Amino acid sequence: MADAHTDIAKHVKLYIGVFIALAVFTVITVAASQWDIGHRGNVALALVIATIKGTLVASVFMHLKWERGMTLWVTFAISAIFFAVLLLVPVLAVSDAPPGVQMGTWG
Amino acid sequence: MSSHTLPYTVESHPVTGLYSGKFGTWLFLASEVMLFGALFSSYVLLRVGAPADGPGAWLSHEEAHLDWKIGGFNTLVLIISSVTMVMAWASLKMGNLKKGKTYLAVTMALALLFVVIKLTFEYLPHIQHGLVPSHSTFFALYYTMTGLHALHIIGGVVVIAYFIGPGSALWAKNPEYYTNRIECTGLYWHFVDLVWIFLFPVLYLL
Repeated sequence: MADAHTDIAKHVKLYIGVFIALAVFTVITVAASQWDIGHRGNVALALVIATIKGTLVASVFMHLKWERGMTLWVTFAISAIFFAVLLLVPVLAVSDAPPGVQMGTWG
Repeated sequence: MSSHTLPYTVESHPVTGLYSGKFGTWLFLASEVMLFGALFSSYVLLRVGAPADGPGAWLSHEEAHLDWKIGGFNTLVLIISSVTMVMAWASLKMGNLKKGKTYLAVTMALALLFVVIKLTFEYLPHIQHGLVPSHSTFFALYYTMTGLHALHIIGGVVVIAYFIGPGSALWAKNPEYYTNRIECTGLYWHFVDLVWIFLFPVLYLL
């Protein structure tokens, strides 16, 4: 029981650390958006920062860092494949635009 | 009438390695990834397909009167609520119900603050200026994505309120089962936070 308490107390320190990291990354997200590196560069940078933040939330707050069951990871893999397919739709639309239709401007 | 006890509410299932509530929550969240994934995909498709200028051109966040300071503040509100949610679980894990319920109450207050800010400083002024879903493709998507997200917040508030109130009676009977239920609520709550982490830059900054 005492060990369980010590473990949770360690977790709490990690939670506070992740909170600080998330707050800092939010400030970086805003600052990076003011940096003119072209639309594509800004989009890529913002998504990279959001992915880092999302990974921190999922691994620490959602306890994935401590999960070992393969079933869960297989579920994630299937889910990730479907998500990738969904995001592939706009890519296919841009690469197969009808003649005269300009796509991919991200106006 | 015989009473049945659900299996694997506390101990891990031999196949999944998780207690059943947690596995069920993760399956639900996998379906939520598809739901929000489809909306993000639609956003990208409609944005890259919008004409560069003239009628139907994509609205910039300045033209849409979306203030990053309000969105950024709400991002911090949700991040703090994620911390208080996980602290509620940690407190229960250490056997402190009172502290756990206090953290849950703070989480609920922060969730309501998020919704109030969204309504007062964004939805209502936008609607008063005619910036409604039929105004443009941008606003149709903006209201769909943020509205669906806000509905998830309200759903979370209902669940948290239940576990602060009548649902907490389970603690007296089986504290570990109650703690696991809070962990599952937390998984959902962190997912809602995670979706906002992506919505904020996409809608307010890019």
